[in-house]
Amino acid sequence: MSFPLLTATAALPAIGAIATAAVPAARRTAAKWLALLFSLATLVLAIVVLVRFDPDGDRYQLTESHSWIADFGVRYELGVDGIAVALIALTALLIPFIVLAGWHDADPLETGNKRWRPTQGFFALILAVEAMVILSFEATDVFLFYIFFEAMLIPMYFLIGGFGDRAHEHGEEKAAAQRSYAAVKFLLYNLAGGLIMLAAVIGLYVVAGNFSLTEIAEARANGSLDMATSTERWLFLGFFFAFAVKAPLWPLHTWLPNAMQESTAPVAVLITAVVDKVGTFAMLRFCLQLFPEASKWATPVILVLAVVSIIYGALLAVGQRDIKRLIAYASISHFGFIIMGIFAMTSQGQSGATLYMVNHGISTAVLMLIAGFLISRRGSRLIADYGGVQKVAPVLAGTFLIGGLATLSLPGLAPFVSEFLVLVGTFTRYPVIGIIATFGIVLAALYTLVLYQRTMTGPVKPEVAAMPDLRVREIAVVAPLVVLLVFLGVYPKPVTDVVNPAVKQTMSDLEKKDPRPEVEAAK
Amino acid sequence: MSATAAVHSLWTTAAADPISKIDAPKIEYGQLAPTLIVVGAAIIGILVEAFVPRKSRYYVQMFVAVVALAAAFASVVALAADGYATTKAGIAAMGAIAVDGPALFLQGTILLTALVGLFTFAERRLDPEAHGNRVDSFAAQAASVPGSDSEQRAVKAGFTTTEVFPLLLFAVAGMLVFPAANDLLTLFVALEVLSLPLYLLCALARRKRLMSQEAAVKYFLLGAFASAFLLFGIALLYGYAGSMSYATIAQVVEGTVPEVTPALAGTMGNDALLLVGAALLIMGLLFKVGAVPFHMWTPDVYQGAPTPVTGFMAAATKVAAFGALLRILYVVLPGLRWDWRPVMWAVAIVTMVVGAVVAITQTDIKRLLAYSAISHAGFILAGVIAATPSGVSSVLFYLAAYSFVTIGAFAVVTLVRDAGGEATHLSKWAGLGRRSPLVAAVFAVFLLAFAGIPLTSGFAGKFAVFKAAAEGGAAPLVVVGVIASAIAAFFYIRVIVLMFFSEPRPEGPTVAVPSPLTMTAIGVGVAVTVVLGVAPQYFLELAGDAGVFVR
Repeated sequence: MSFPLLTATAALPAIGAIATAAVPAARRTAAKWLALLFSLATLVLAIVVLVRFDPDGDRYQLTESHSWIADFGVRYELGVDGIAVALIALTALLIPFIVLAGWHDADPLETGNKRWRPTQGFFALILAVEAMVILSFEATDVFLFYIFFEAMLIPMYFLIGGFGDRAHEHGEEKAAAQRSYAAVKFLLYNLAGGLIMLAAVIGLYVVAGNFSLTEIAEARANGSLDMATSTERWLFLGFFFAFAVKAPLWPLHTWLPNAMQESTAPVAVLITAVVDKVGTFAMLRFCLQLFPEASKWATPVILVLAVVSIIYGALLAVGQRDIKRLIAYASISHFGFIIMGIFAMTSQGQSGATLYMVNHGISTAVLMLIAGFLISRRGSRLIADYGGVQKVAPVLAGTFLIGGLATLSLPGLAPFVSEFLVLVGTFTRYPVIGIIATFGIVLAALYTLVLYQRTMTGPVKPEVAAMPDLRVREIAVVAPLVVLLVFLGVYPKPVTDVVNPAVKQTMSDLEKKDPRPEVEAAK
Repeated sequence: MSATAAVHSLWTTAAADPISKIDAPKIEYGQLAPTLIVVGAAIIGILVEAFVPRKSRYYVQMFVAVVALAAAFASVVALAADGYATTKAGIAAMGAIAVDGPALFLQGTILLTALVGLFTFAERRLDPEAHGNRVDSFAAQAASVPGSDSEQRAVKAGFTTTEVFPLLLFAVAGMLVFPAANDLLTLFVALEVLSLPLYLLCALARRKRLMSQEAAVKYFLLGAFASAFLLFGIALLYGYAGSMSYATIAQVVEGTVPEVTPALAGTMGNDALLLVGAALLIMGLLFKVGAVPFHMWTPDVYQGAPTPVTGFMAAATKVAAFGALLRILYVVLPGLRWDWRPVMWAVAIVTMVVGAVVAITQTDIKRLLAYSAISHAGFILAGVIAATPSGVSSVLFYLAAYSFVTIGAFAVVTLVRDAGGEATHLSKWAGLGRRSPLVAAVFAVFLLAFAGIPLTSGFAGKFAVFKAAAEGGAAPLVVVGVIASAIAAFFYIRVIVLMFFSEPRPEGPTVAVPSPLTMTAIGVGVAVTVVLGVAPQYFLELAGDAGVFVR
């Protein structure tokens, strides 16, 4: 038997989580280094996965399959396609930076309590989330996926509710109340989505008799598994609802601004750059493959919701007074683009959407982490409390600008390529939708540049006059990500090469039944 | 003349048979061993109360009870290993008791639950010592009026109510028979044997004695009503079928009965009797499982009873009562399926929703768990309604998973204390995660299992019953179930928020350090929760093999 590489990639952070949690209270620094070490080791394994993966090989590679709960027809089945490989790499890449950026975020305020170990808990929870996210990218068994899709809510919930920004404009008590509100909102939204999905998962089992993605998709393709149209649509809606909450898609998005605003910057990155990607990824992997007909049936509505997300998120971002909330609404707008790309049902759209998931992860990480550094210096999240930062902290301001420009998809930075592909892919089939979505880019320019202008330029506010520039640790967090943004902006081929064959296969699944009449007619 | 002769023949034929021809009852002692051991130990427990000096009673009672429960469990395992759960399943004790898969599975679950529950009964380290004597959760002397001189004297003398151990054993004996009963009279006797000790146990709290007594009176009165309903239902069913035996009634329902009992010729086969009788019978059982609209007693009794009793009662009674309900519906009334299913649909939906919604407003942890128990009864009913073998096994699995979570959760409740005893008001739990991260984390695990989060036993159980319900054609019930789960998740999460994200109160409760007894109870609860959540396959198979009733 070959080495279970995929299991190892997920098990390593899980072991790291347990090890970190077990570090004694006084040895906080050791816990941090341990967490960093495990996240780096996971990155190494993820790179091995990336190297071992052959883009032109089988659809699912490095597969593992073991019996698990035979009574439920559940198997422990793992396998990755190009899309999953790209997202696993993204996750494994971002976690070390998240750990490093959150180095001091969970230092205990009171040191008297020997049993209270927030630091250990913080890093253990981050690693636990990483393990579950990676497993949900790897799972090719619907039930297995569901378990980790749901279970990751719990560590995420504790990360949001248990750890917040040190300084808060309303004092610690109010901050704690808002944090727990955000955490509960996050959990209830996602749990409700997940439970609706559970009903659909059970329904799928009743119809199909097992949970294997490959078997069901194959049976669907060769016609041996016949699903009534209405059944397929209900099941699709059950799955899609959960993913749309997670992604998040308007109007199910309202948990995200709260969660991102109240959590620390590294956790906010974890939410939007890593965990939410599971939602969009699952749309591609599960909705489209299991329910191709229903996906086509729902496309018009989903595209409209996606466009509303794009415009609505961008408009609200323009109006925000809170830096983190602004980035959250920007993310909602970007998730609109990703979902639009997926459901445009063209290969450019889906390649672009996958690429977008990776690029959005990196660019949001840059923007949000620097925003976090900024906020920790001044002790306020309000845009109005800043001004003229570029004069006192030029490196901070400069990298913040790069992050911002990436967010508005400046050509030459990574997100441009993906946004362009998504728009092209959408336009070829749905020109009106594509045109409306383009306005999202204009608004993106507005909210990022206004944010930069208000915080970084202008006269130096007295409160920020003594603000130190980025420290070595912070530069170590930001620099590699900025380099990556530029590199993938100029040369996106490494990612597209991995992603494209998988997208083509997804497309061919869809086309087997529908030879794209609209496109033929448009030609 | 002929009419008189017909009436006379009723007793003239009886007299014609000589008395000597009556067969001696044939009792399969081996197959009934689990019950007999527990009953025997309970009687020994009473003798211990009478003859053993007060000082050593506690230890002797503990020893007797632990040995009895362990031996009874061993004999259940031996019977199952012998094939009595599958191939050798049959009716024992002249048709009174069924020895089959569901009966043995549930008996095993009840015995293990009782063993763990016994440990929480015997805990003596949580309360501060009174006058140099270690005390448990039970009143020093149940007979003395709360606050009276006699009570104070009893406390000073270090009396303890060691009668709780035989009472527990009697209740367990009733619970063992309840799901295995194969005729209606045995069912009723078992119900009373399990209920009466529980009524008493509810009244025995050391702290807040008036509340405890009030809870016991409520439980007793409402329980007596339910018993009366059940008994009346039994009478009507006897009138309908001319027999107490499950199998005969089922045959009459199906219309395949060989001969008509002459005395009941007038009423036999009368559907009105059947429908009313079945409804009353099921009502009595739904009272015991705590399903809406027969749930009113649950919150008060759960809150007032001593917490170890609450935990034991919540877990084991539910197992026994659902076992009996399953047998009634699947063995006696399968022919009436099209009549009871719609009713049970409604009961299940109302139970799930009411339990979940009302729980949101609760401020007492024991009441909250009571309403949670109600909504869980609704989830289990969803599996009952499936009316398939996988429905039976899913209910068995759910009951096993649920009972250990329940006992563990209530055991944790006993640990959180302030000057007035257990601090059950939710506001006092604020910030518990800061003071005692381990206890709070353990309780969080139990709450997550109640909420049905994946990788806990609660999820595996919920998935099993919902899957069975969906396969049995009850898809809308599954949808209501997941919505109720989402509502229920809110209040479980609220407790977690309170424990971990709220600032501890300066005058907040302390967490008592328990003896190994309670630690074992909690440890077993956590272990079962995690194992059934991560690797449920073996236990699902066990429940699957045990899913066939004998008739």
